[in-house]
Amino acid sequence: MSDAIDLLLNTSLWAAVLRIATPLIFGVLGALLCERSGVLNLGIEGIMTMGAMSGWLAVYMGAPLLVGLLVAALCGALMGLLHAALTVPLGLSQHVSGLGITLFASALAYYLYRLLVVVGETPPTIEAFQPLDLPILSDLPVIGPILFSQSVPTYLALLSVAVMAYVLARTPLGLAIRMTGENPHAVEAQGLNPIRIRIGAVVAGSALMAVGGAFLTTAAFNSFFPGMVQGRGWICIALVVFASWRPGKALIGALLFAFFDAYQLRLQTVVEGVPYQLFLMAPYVLSIVALILVARRAEVPAALMTPYRRGER
Amino acid sequence: MTKVLELHGITKRFGALTANDDVTLTLDQGEILALLGENGAGKTTLMNILFGHYAADEGTVRVFGQELPPGLPRAAIGAGVGMVHQHFTLAGNLTVLENVMLGSEPLTRVKSARGEARKKLMDIAERFGLPVKPEAKVSSLSVGERQRVEILKALYRDARVLILDEPTAVLARPEAQKLFETLRDMTKEGLSLIFISHKLHEVMAASDRVAVLRGGKMVAERKTAQTNAGELAELMVGRKVERPVRHDHQIGAPVLVADKVRIEDGGQTQLDDVSFTVHTGEILGIVGVSGNGQAALGALLSGLAHPASGALTLADQDVGHLGPRGMIRAGAGRVPEDRHAEGVVGELSLWENAVLERLRTPEFSRRGFVRQGAARAYTNDLIKRFDIRGAAPDTRIRLLSGGNMQKLILGRVLSNGPRFVLANQPTRGLDEGAIAAVHAELLAARAEGAAILLISEELEEAVALSDRIQAIVKGRLSDPISADEADPQRLGLMMAGVWTEDENAA
Amino acid sequence: MRLERRSNVPLHLVILAPLAAVFTALLLASGLIAAAGVNPLTAYGEMLRGALGSRLSITEMLTRATPLIFTGLAAAVAFRARLWNIGGEGQFFVGALVTAWIGHSLGVPGWIGIPLLMLAGMAAGAALLAGPAFLRLRFGVDEVVTTLLLNFIVILFVGLMIEGPLRDPLAFGWPSSVPVDGNYRLPDLVPRSRLHIGLLFAIAAAGAVWLVLARTVFGAETRAAGLNASAAEFAGISLPKTIMGVALLSGALAGLAGSVEVMGVTAGVTTTMSPGFGYAGIVVAMLAALHPAGVVAAAVFVATVFVGADAMSRATGVPSFIADVIVALCLLTMIVALLFTTYRVRR
Repeated sequence: MSDAIDLLLNTSLWAAVLRIATPLIFGVLGALLCERSGVLNLGIEGIMTMGAMSGWLAVYMGAPLLVGLLVAALCGALMGLLHAALTVPLGLSQHVSGLGITLFASALAYYLYRLLVVVGETPPTIEAFQPLDLPILSDLPVIGPILFSQSVPTYLALLSVAVMAYVLARTPLGLAIRMTGENPHAVEAQGLNPIRIRIGAVVAGSALMAVGGAFLTTAAFNSFFPGMVQGRGWICIALVVFASWRPGKALIGALLFAFFDAYQLRLQTVVEGVPYQLFLMAPYVLSIVALILVARRAEVPAALMTPYRRGER
Repeated sequence: MTKVLELHGITKRFGALTANDDVTLTLDQGEILALLGENGAGKTTLMNILFGHYAADEGTVRVFGQELPPGLPRAAIGAGVGMVHQHFTLAGNLTVLENVMLGSEPLTRVKSARGEARKKLMDIAERFGLPVKPEAKVSSLSVGERQRVEILKALYRDARVLILDEPTAVLARPEAQKLFETLRDMTKEGLSLIFISHKLHEVMAASDRVAVLRGGKMVAERKTAQTNAGELAELMVGRKVERPVRHDHQIGAPVLVADKVRIEDGGQTQLDDVSFTVHTGEILGIVGVSGNGQAALGALLSGLAHPASGALTLADQDVGHLGPRGMIRAGAGRVPEDRHAEGVVGELSLWENAVLERLRTPEFSRRGFVRQGAARAYTNDLIKRFDIRGAAPDTRIRLLSGGNMQKLILGRVLSNGPRFVLANQPTRGLDEGAIAAVHAELLAARAEGAAILLISEELEEAVALSDRIQAIVKGRLSDPISADEADPQRLGLMMAGVWTEDENAA
Repeated sequence: MRLERRSNVPLHLVILAPLAAVFTALLLASGLIAAAGVNPLTAYGEMLRGALGSRLSITEMLTRATPLIFTGLAAAVAFRARLWNIGGEGQFFVGALVTAWIGHSLGVPGWIGIPLLMLAGMAAGAALLAGPAFLRLRFGVDEVVTTLLLNFIVILFVGLMIEGPLRDPLAFGWPSSVPVDGNYRLPDLVPRSRLHIGLLFAIAAAGAVWLVLARTVFGAETRAAGLNASAAEFAGISLPKTIMGVALLSGALAGLAGSVEVMGVTAGVTTTMSPGFGYAGIVVAMLAALHPAGVVAAAVFVATVFVGADAMSRATGVPSFIADVIVALCLLTMIVALLFTTYRVRR
């Protein structure tokens, strides 16, 4: 038992929490942005896979790491555009379209990988992001190694939370996005175009999701293999509900979840006799429990999943 | 006088339906124009074209002499046109200020100028006598307050022409009065106004000019001072549609009795110790402005809501705790308020809808299987008896007109010989012909001894059909008065909560 | 450009829709095949040959189609009621696991045992979906996420069981569960092939589902609840009972898929015995426009693509993932095609 508690005092645990949270943060923010505008994007699992593959591939082919993230974002944006095209102007089922995108983006990613990369005994690797120690700050005791010795994408993730929170709450664009998710007719009545706003939000949100996927292959690991996203996308969808569609709470949710994931990993080494599968199950079970806890008081955007048809009331 | 608005030759088609047919309309500076017509005449479509929600198939729109590009609300707003929609275009989860501000700043701006916006909003609110709290969430506002926000939204965007679509549909008489005074003040501030209405007394009282639409065509324009309600009614409807007349007769024993029923929903009291009795062969009318508890009353009698306290008995059987199926079995027939949302399943056929409530009865099912032959025969019977046009049993029901759909709903309810009938806004959205048909069926059911509770927002309808009338205000019911005692004055006061007997509910 | 609702849907469009969708998907995928330096027509030729070119390949394809019919039916039943059951994969596995577990040492004659095990598989699948259905009814929790997350949990649980209590001591290399008893193996439909009579059960299931949906009171109530829940409730239909009934039926069908696969093909349970039957079932259901009869045809099509792609990959070098791409594209093109059956495009 005391071993289990000791683990909590280890700074490497908490540094790992931030690392593990990074793809989740990008994913939750992306899903949040889509849903705030009124569109559920179940393509997230596939988009993250596509982001993981395309970001890695760009770097493998010689691009600098940051360009790799950009390529991933672009690919995510394209997938998002497809989802938006199906669900916004055409008004097709957001559930089915999202699932289709997940299946398609994953399959496309695996296909292109297999086509363009020669895989030998072990999958090929790239030079991943290394932790960037921020001057002075990283020397601070305890919080130094935890907060200020992370890789660039992690810093970007934390920055994104702040930017998204600000944009949604304080800018005219953010207000327009929020209103589109609450009552698109109100948006049209004020002279704006809710269709364009939804498409833009879904494209931008999908780009974020893809960057989250790219983190897995350019920072957390340094190679790509099928199935590596492992349901993180779905967990992000659950986390959005848990976060009441707010960026600040989304960060907390991602961190909480990452904590359990990181802890469970280390706990396995300390606790004897328990099959490792039970530990691996924990994150998924927790997500379901979190959903149950918040379901009642969920402040769902009122027009989420309601297709907007001009003139129809 | 300068022409503020010129709509010329506007035509708009939706598939086979011509909603507006070569309509021409003008508006002068400082004028209040009423756009009058029955349901489905094309009034809202015309105003939607003016505001840019729709683009006309033919015709032009000129505002202050400039032609507007079609189909762009942004252009209309920029030209000074504002619209107060019948179904408010507000987001409940956001604040008043946010709803008003939306769209007034370019989307590329990095920081919203909240402080200035708040100041501008308060200035306008004060100037026009429409007080609001900018930081209040719209969902917490009353219907009247929400309408104020809807109006302020338009004024905030510097509207010079204001369109109001059925503005008094959700207001009680005194509030409606006040609104028209406010509108009159606005004209003194330089605004010109159009309001859509189907209420003749309003049009007569509040407008300078009236334009009458019928079947998509502009049939007449009159200066209000030079016409009267009778002429307008005839212009509106085009032919003398006689609504059926209720004949007094003996009413029988009590059938449905509600005794101090209280309904709560999420901490709010929707029905506050209401009591009423409906007798055999009687129509009890419940009148009131929408939003005063009618929805809860309808839900109670449909089996969808249950009393927190008090009792509801039907033919001496306690039914308060029963769900919809139980109510149906107990002999209750229900015509819901919103036929599209609750009355029918649009994608299913006529016969499937006709037997939807009775699928589990031996008449229409055997050992878990649906008796389709019996169902189709029954539907054919309904089609004949209730004059349902444009349909066969296998026709998808959403293809029917509103009137025919309502006839089917009425038919499936009345053909069952119910002890009690709930008729909730039975003629909402119907044209004159359909209204007359519905009234005839309800009166026929009454003659056969059914006990009918009619919930209606149309005073005229309630007075014409009911034997007794009660008003519902803020979840409380007034004592019943007989139809003979019901004059517009008295009813107006009752609907505003002024009851001669006990305390003031207002 | 505007979408206008059609007043009636002509039958030829209903049949044309999936054909157009498949054609478009194949067309789009041919771009990817060309990117691999292979002539798409050659590739598709190899695919057809690989799936339908010989007696053996046809039986292989039909063997592959059998579980797809079941999972396709499961998805179709659920989606009609707007119950988004994405957990077909997990329900497949619990059905398989329970069948292997009980069937390992059941001890009754085959003609009793096989139906019993099928029922057990159905019960397991139904029970698994009942959880998310209950959470939706009672707490308003979206079943999409819960069923999806359960898939991951179930796969881990299966791994746990077959490395532990249900371990097959005779399995070489790859961990497998104890096999179901030889008495409960389904007889071959075509001798000297893997095709077993489970295919007939699947087709019978499609017929039964059609009957239930089209002719029973439950089917009518399900349809009403899926199209307009408020109106259904107003008419006295119990939404909770209907949704739960649909969940039990859908879960049972997916569980049956796993059960039949164990008894007919694999005998034991491994973590890799499903190449995504559950998810492919969703595509099958959509291609069939949620009609039970269409599910059989759509399952045969999807199975053809999967079996054919393996052969095509060996012959041409095009990565076999092209099958997953084609199937996913079919889903997307199908929902667009369905749109055009419901709406007309107007200026």
